[in-house]
Amino acid sequence: MQVRLSINGEQREADVEPRLLLVHMLRDVLRLTGTHIGCDTTHCGACTILMDGRPVKSCTMFAVQARGKQLMTVEGLEQNGKLHPLQEGFMAEHGLQCGYCTPGMLMTSYAFLERHPSPSEDEIRWAISGNLCRCTGYVNIVKAVQHAAAKISQGGA
Amino acid sequence: MIPAAFEYHAPSTIDEATALLAKLGEDAKILSGGQSLIPLMKLRLASPTHLVDINGIPGLSGIREDDGFLRIGALTRESELEESELVRTRYPLLHDTSKVIADPLVRNLATVGGNLAHGDPANDHPATMLALGAEVVAVGPKGERRVPITSFFTGPFETSLKPDEILVEIRVPMPSARSAGAYLKLERKVGDFATAAVAAQLSLGGDGTCEHVGIGLTNVGLTPIKATRAEALLKGKTPDETVIKRAAELAAEASEPSADLRGSVEYKKDLVRVLTARALRKALGRATDRR
Repeated sequence: MQVRLSINGEQREADVEPRLLLVHMLRDVLRLTGTHIGCDTTHCGACTILMDGRPVKSCTMFAVQARGKQLMTVEGLEQNGKLHPLQEGFMAEHGLQCGYCTPGMLMTSYAFLERHPSPSEDEIRWAISGNLCRCTGYVNIVKAVQHAAAKISQGGA
Repeated sequence: MIPAAFEYHAPSTIDEATALLAKLGEDAKILSGGQSLIPLMKLRLASPTHLVDINGIPGLSGIREDDGFLRIGALTRESELEESELVRTRYPLLHDTSKVIADPLVRNLATVGGNLAHGDPANDHPATMLALGAEVVAVGPKGERRVPITSFFTGPFETSLKPDEILVEIRVPMPSARSAGAYLKLERKVGDFATAAVAAQLSLGGDGTCEHVGIGLTNVGLTPIKATRAEALLKGKTPDETVIKRAAELAAEASEPSADLRGSVEYKKDLVRVLTARALRKALGRATDRR
């Protein structure tokens, strides 16, 4: 079945079986391997991407469901060789150790900051509650999101 | 994990969808938010040979008050319910529930209709809708019918929906002036099913007695449970501490949990007792504030 969609502003197309999961199309067919597969059981959020601006788990969607949608993956954060403030924040605040959850954390945080530019710590923790991290204990991830929020509000994005 | 192969259908009208379902019979499943069905297909616990994706059918989502009901389109995402100002201010029980279903990412795709039609006693909306006295609207090839929620859940993962019917809308009666509810859920972590959860809805009369009471229990039986004896005890009475405690005991007696990693039978029954009392107190506080 033919799937046409927009990923990070670029039109892409692939002929896929209906049972192909969206994350597999991204990674194996379109070779966008920034999106990770973690638990594969809808728990961990490592596969989070944005669909029409909303963060969703790409392991729990079929690729055919994304026909005509606007997707954004972690590859779309960097613009013209410049990291997004969230990416800078995760570096500056050590918001990762192994890095496995990071693409999902970044995409969830990106969508969250678009809607809540000046969040409280509680709101950040609530927003990322569907993304699991086994390394950091979340403290530095929260700091990284705060770092990005401050930077964006100063016009750094 | 790779689901078994299936044929994908994306009808653009309800008529087209019900005709497809009528033709394909038991081999077909409806794909709504997919947040329960797709995990089951990946585990090969479900292997439908046809999927009928209803997401492209216009008019199946939205939240509005009309004709004495809060009308929720079946394709309304849980996150839309959570963000609805109307739901937050007028239907606190629904708002509470929408915040604890799965996790924020799942709620961006998961639908209210799917949460009910899946028939999982561990899902959160069934107990809430039992407490609210909701009804669902189902459409099949022969037209539309309205099903009271009390006769909707017929067994574990079974509902009274026929294979060629689609749940299109949920109708919650509009609340009277002094009414409110609360949903309390204990979960081991965000995204887990409830160890137990309780939905309580109260309407107070002018004299402070309970005119209407609804209590629904999540994940403590083979189907969602309506705690009818607890409801009957409260009805017509002033909900003081003695009455609330006795109602909570009756709710615990109505539960039929099984032991699993989340806890023993005794623990879960006692949890129902504690959560029922707390949910009733919270609902009472909210209803009193609305005077």
